[in-house]
Amino acid sequence: MAVARGHRAPPRRLPRAPRAPAVRALALVGLVVLWELFTRLGWVPALFLPSPLGVLAELGDMARSGQLFVHVAASLERLLAGFAIGAAAGVAVGVLVGFFSLAEALGQPLIAATFPIPKIALLPLLILWLGIGEMSKVTVIALGVFFPMAINTATGVREADPLLLRAAVAFGAKRWSVIRKVIVPSALPMVFAGLKLGAGTALLLLVAAEMIGADSGIGFLVLQAGNLMETTKLMVGIVILSLLGVLSHWGLTRLERAVIPWRRT
Amino acid sequence: MNIIAGLLPATGGAVHFEGAGRPGAPLTATVFQEFALFPWRTVRGNVEFGLEELGLPAADRAERARRYLDLTELHGFEDKFPHQLSGGMRQRVGIARALAVDPAVLLMDEPFSALDAQTRTLMMEELLGIWERTRKSIAYVTHNIQEAVFMADRVIVLSRRPGRVMDVVRSGLTRPRVEAQFAEPAFVATSEHIWSLIRSQARVGPAGGAG
Repeated sequence: MAVARGHRAPPRRLPRAPRAPAVRALALVGLVVLWELFTRLGWVPALFLPSPLGVLAELGDMARSGQLFVHVAASLERLLAGFAIGAAAGVAVGVLVGFFSLAEALGQPLIAATFPIPKIALLPLLILWLGIGEMSKVTVIALGVFFPMAINTATGVREADPLLLRAAVAFGAKRWSVIRKVIVPSALPMVFAGLKLGAGTALLLLVAAEMIGADSGIGFLVLQAGNLMETTKLMVGIVILSLLGVLSHWGLTRLERAVIPWRRT
Repeated sequence: MNIIAGLLPATGGAVHFEGAGRPGAPLTATVFQEFALFPWRTVRGNVEFGLEELGLPAADRAERARRYLDLTELHGFEDKFPHQLSGGMRQRVGIARALAVDPAVLLMDEPFSALDAQTRTLMMEELLGIWERTRKSIAYVTHNIQEAVFMADRVIVLSRRPGRVMDVVRSGLTRPRVEAQFAEPAFVATSEHIWSLIRSQARVGPAGGAG
């Protein structure tokens, strides 16, 4: 019978799943090895592109002298403060705008008007208002994080399942209970998407702010090293920045899994 | 259903509950057709939701949740999330959640229509068993005549738009209900009576109700 034979046919090949992490790491390792080879053979002058081992040695030197930690600590402080303030404010405003129609009427046009401003353009104004110190840097980072957080949270709040809202009300939940027990958990996946977006923006603004007016931080380190043609030092800064980016994303993903255990993986 | 539950105002008439409302227990609790479990809460968390809103202390909530999870045979699944359960088990959580608040009337709006036919039959028997153990008044909406006659003491037949009471039919079956009763003359007669009521409606057509 044709139908029975159909079952015998070999199953169609599914697209291959990504290979083991070890194989994927090989691409990265391969790039670094090639890069080392190029610089060793003198095809690229070290002034333009220092060798990976050279960068690593410089990193060690800077760590031993303590210079590295001064810059990393200064940057981390700004980054964490700005990120925390921006994220907290963004979630609060997002919940209000998503839930209360009055807040939406007030907040929506304001957010729509201010969201497209590149935040770094506001830094001179912020320096004028708050001085060249930490406040202006933290504020510009907070602003950069605030917008994706507020917009994502508001979207998440609005997407709360009306059936679950009805169920909560049917079981006697009052407004505050509904927000806390239904709307906030419904919005959490969107909140985490906002946090990841915000983390990228925060890093960008951190470096920009430190390049404009700072005497410490990784952004300052990179700019100063560039001016002095200390390319190896400059590369150390870049490596640390990319590490920060990777680590923050990894950390947020881990946190998301811990906080949202009900999501299917 | 929404009017009985107090979620919608009545356009006419009033809802009366026999016997005074007991303090600390709501008049109604609803089992939803689409389950409406909170995906971020475990089975136990879902059952405790209504109890939290009643303001019960944690120890009492845990105790009551355990009692109703045992009653619905969900023992051992307390810490699972809804997406880890089958449809039938999810609705058992829905039933446990509604029973836990100890309502005067349990409202069930086509509670098993989202389930496959086999599971639905099993769940109907399960619900009859739960009823035997709790003797809770249940208002149950269904479009399935056999289901209505098999489960209910009284079947209230509603007309099409506008939904008016056409007849209140006693099922006339003895309790506890068993599957063999599907063959009883009383069952067949009651089912046919209800079907004739509904058929007369269909003939009038959607344009007009029976004046």
